[in-house]
Amino acid sequence: MNEVGNISINVQGGGSSAGARAALSGVAEVGMLSRDLHGDEKTLIPTIIAYDAIALIVHPSNPCDNLDIVEIKSIFAEEITSWSEVGGKARKIHVVAREEGSGTRSAFDEIIMGITEVTPGAIVQDSNGAVREIVAGDPSAIGYLSLGLVDKRVKAIAVQSVLPSIDTVANNTYKLVRPMILATREGPGREVMDFISFCLGEWAQAILAREGLVPVTSVAPGGPPEPGHRDPEPAHGNPGLEHGSLKPGHDGLEPGPDN
Amino acid sequence: MRRGETLVQWSLAIVALSAIAVLALIIIFIFKEGSPIIARLGMVQFITGTKWSPTRGMFGILPMIVGSVWVTLGALLIGVPIGLATAIFLAEMAPSGTSQILKSAIQLLAGIPSVVFGFIGLVILVPLIRQWLGGPGFSVLAAGIVLGIMILPTIVSVCYDVLKAVPQAYREGMLALGATRWQTIKMVVLPAARPGIIAAVILGMGRAVGETMAVIMVAGNATRIPVSPLEPVRTLTSNIALEMGYAVGEHREALFATGIVLFIIIALLNTLARLVARVEKV
Repeated sequence: MNEVGNISINVQGGGSSAGARAALSGVAEVGMLSRDLHGDEKTLIPTIIAYDAIALIVHPSNPCDNLDIVEIKSIFAEEITSWSEVGGKARKIHVVAREEGSGTRSAFDEIIMGITEVTPGAIVQDSNGAVREIVAGDPSAIGYLSLGLVDKRVKAIAVQSVLPSIDTVANNTYKLVRPMILATREGPGREVMDFISFCLGEWAQAILAREGLVPVTSVAPGGPPEPGHRDPEPAHGNPGLEHGSLKPGHDGLEPGPDN
Repeated sequence: MRRGETLVQWSLAIVALSAIAVLALIIIFIFKEGSPIIARLGMVQFITGTKWSPTRGMFGILPMIVGSVWVTLGALLIGVPIGLATAIFLAEMAPSGTSQILKSAIQLLAGIPSVVFGFIGLVILVPLIRQWLGGPGFSVLAAGIVLGIMILPTIVSVCYDVLKAVPQAYREGMLALGATRWQTIKMVVLPAARPGIIAAVILGMGRAVGETMAVIMVAGNATRIPVSPLEPVRTLTSNIALEMGYAVGEHREALFATGIVLFIIIALLNTLARLVARVEKV
């Protein structure tokens, strides 16, 4: 942050929910989330700074290379249990999911599962790396992780015949996309506004792209597709907003106390 | 001189009390954070519910309780026979040089961090199970084997001390009657050491119930009650460690409540160990 000079920024981990909580309770000026705002978090003002694709991954030897959303949902709900039902060998499918509370899990559940539950028989791991490790070693496994973390040991498959990539996210054709959000309380201070516009600036966006995310500036107008079962009024911010225009159409509630 | 003595006594007493105070603080904290949700749901509902889906407001930890029991039994099934056999060999049969070397090797086993056991389980054991026995590999069996090895040092060292404590006269009397060495061990030494061996088993059990890291890495952590040793399973400790990072609100309370249940189970095990040791001595 040499460019800005005298502002220091402390970053703390803990996940999307922790980020939203910290912003709501005033512990932090800005909360970072890798999913949409939920419930009382919607009193926060979200600014989308990038998009991330969630890739579905299988073992490289798995002949299956395309699934539609209904098939993915049935696999993760354990209604489809053999790879032969979706164009693979006659092998039992081993479902690998993330733990409850994780941003990746929550985005996957929202976009794919809707009100259906992920089977309690799913193997649960608490990091993208662990999911990749399992899928890389098990020819019958299917899992999901951030697109930036897909490597040669696993195969990302197409969803609705579209492979995940920066381009397919940018042109709105890949379905499993989640926003990377900076959430603030109403009336953010000068420094916060500066930080957010910095994140939306060319330099910061280039850094995000280098880390495997899709810069918000490269996404086609209208934003990525809104899957059916999201909220009718998603708490999406306004990409590329100017100073002082940080007023998305939310209901103007005051942030509630942190419970 | 008298004064110095009193001073030492008092300072030692304060240090001893501070250790207990820390324990008390931990207990108070866990209960304070976890009891609201138990009060809301009811203890019975919480420990007999079979559905764990915290983001949907369902908090039943029966799968994890059963998971802990299965994994612990697996660990005992593997750890106790091997551990006891090792202790018998070290205490009764091995020449003292060999015994010393083997004993320090086993002590070394206790010093290996649990994440290393978990990692070895993950890269060697899990693929082997997947390949030869089927299923995803992440399973009750994998967790049982890893934990069985991890509780070996506890079982071996406690059993060794107990066997060594059996008076030499017992063995000599038996041998004088013409019994073989194995007959002596089987009919005199082991029965005499029984309370201590049971205590060793219960201590090992406590270690197995409490282990977290290695189990998370090899057990698969599914929230369904496993019906075969080849199915993935989640234990109480894994449940807390796995989800604590992201949990907020009721979810977080439910994890502390899981901690309360775990605390009660371990307290019961320890009490049981003491009771057994006392009853057997009479």
